[in-house]
Amino acid sequence: MSAELDSLYQEIILDHYKKPLHAGLRDPFEAEVHHVNPTCGDEVTLRVHLEGDKVADVSYHSEGCSISQASTSVMADLVIGKTVDEAMAIHADFLALMQGKGTVEPDEDVLEDGIAFAGVAKFPARVKCALLSWMAWKDATAKVLADNTLEKA
Amino acid sequence: MGLEGLLPELEIIRKDFPILERTVAGGKRLVYLDSANTSQKPQVVIDTMVDHLENHNANIARAMHALGAESTEAFEGARDRVAAFLNAPSRDEVIFTKNASEALNLVASTLAFRGPLQLGEGDEILITEMEHHSNIVPWQMLAQRTGATLRWIGLTDDGRLDLSNLGELLNERTKVVAFTWVSNMLGTINPVSDLAARAKEVGALVVVDASQAAPQLPVDVVASGADFVVFTGHKVVGPTGIGVLWGHREVLDALPPFLGGGEMIATVTMAESTYAPIPHKFEAGTPPIVEAVGLGAAVDYLSAVGMDAIHRHEQTITRYALEGLASVPGTTVLGPLDAESRGGAISFEMQGVHPHDIAQVLDTQGIAVRAGHHCAKPAHARFGVQSSTRMSSYLYTRPDEIDALVEALNYTRAYFKVG
Repeated sequence: MSAELDSLYQEIILDHYKKPLHAGLRDPFEAEVHHVNPTCGDEVTLRVHLEGDKVADVSYHSEGCSISQASTSVMADLVIGKTVDEAMAIHADFLALMQGKGTVEPDEDVLEDGIAFAGVAKFPARVKCALLSWMAWKDATAKVLADNTLEKA
Repeated sequence: MGLEGLLPELEIIRKDFPILERTVAGGKRLVYLDSANTSQKPQVVIDTMVDHLENHNANIARAMHALGAESTEAFEGARDRVAAFLNAPSRDEVIFTKNASEALNLVASTLAFRGPLQLGEGDEILITEMEHHSNIVPWQMLAQRTGATLRWIGLTDDGRLDLSNLGELLNERTKVVAFTWVSNMLGTINPVSDLAARAKEVGALVVVDASQAAPQLPVDVVASGADFVVFTGHKVVGPTGIGVLWGHREVLDALPPFLGGGEMIATVTMAESTYAPIPHKFEAGTPPIVEAVGLGAAVDYLSAVGMDAIHRHEQTITRYALEGLASVPGTTVLGPLDAESRGGAISFEMQGVHPHDIAQVLDTQGIAVRAGHHCAKPAHARFGVQSSTRMSSYLYTRPDEIDALVEALNYTRAYFKVG
């Protein structure tokens, strides 16, 4: 039983849960979104700051279970400093891992600490926990990009 | 385990529920503590439904053959059983819906329709802060549709209705007062007949959500003083897909129909229709027949065990569970702390571990609980919590299952290294 639990609650996940990276809401930012998981009530308020095509900062305030909290921390740490295209590619990889029902082999070079969530994919009820902040980040980033396009037009 | 107040035939009752025999989580005995979410089903309910489908299946009230007559008799027999279960003055006052939400929506929607009871601007609807979303959202929709104002009774710190300003909240503008009999989150049992009497003094219609009450205590619709009482089948050891609206005949007669269609008419021309008398006026289309038949068997089963005895059992288990939860460090129970003022659903928080994570660990131990906001977000917000873990017992719950829960909660604390 403990082995089953341990496959879900990897040490990396519990570490991020206890000591989340990049937590808190910061200025400057170009877009802020609020996402909730209506079934469980987990929520995240997330800000994105882009400098040119670089993800300069992702800051957030979130409430939720260990999986959603750790996932937010890992996501922020992965995408900050990357170009938007690189970050979107990481997003796609993480999404594929989460939706793979445990059949997708994660690439540690791309997902780094994110590979710890491979076990989560085997718990369908928890996949949405892991994806909450990733979806919020994509939404916020899309908003900034749309605004930038409007300004240029 | 010899706790005073348990059902004396508990072991026999447990044998009536086949699912309690199964194992989960790699061979662990199932400990089902999620009965406020949905109850398990006794063999008699399962057999009654199977028998109906195998031997009597036909549409009701329109098929001119033997099976049609048998099916109609079974369906209407279920209405009689439910009427008896509720002590309803008339079987015609029992309307079958698909669940409690639909029953509440039926009332809230038809109060927006043209008719003698239609709400309008200046009217007020009074609800409470401890309602399930199903007893909040339909009233918000009624307010939006009619221009009426939605108001609510707040909660005290120990999870009871704060009636200190009831004199102001209840006034000549109040047209509807809707509240839960037993809270699905806090467990609180509300003073139904007192509240109904106060509401009647200002001439308001009283709507009582008995979804959590009907499973665990005697519900007498006359004694309640309510105009409407709703509950759902699947929480009273019956199937899903069937709910009940009981209403006073004169109020049901005054309301316009909810859904239009077959079965609810007297005559139809291309220009207009006249409607069947209650209950059929509110039962458009082919109803959930086998579900109603199953519900009839379910309420008969509960009545045979005895609702007073079930209530005593629930309070005994609840008292034992409150003691057990108090022994787990860092655990706080939401709602009243005395078993007498509450039902068998106990929501709690554990410092340092999120409800989702608690439920996950418990699941690996074979223990089923609910984690989240339990469709009562405003009640959670009132207590400054985003979500909670809820254990809920029923007539088949044994004290050693509470012991298993307490042990697993201590294990959870150790697993997440809190305390």
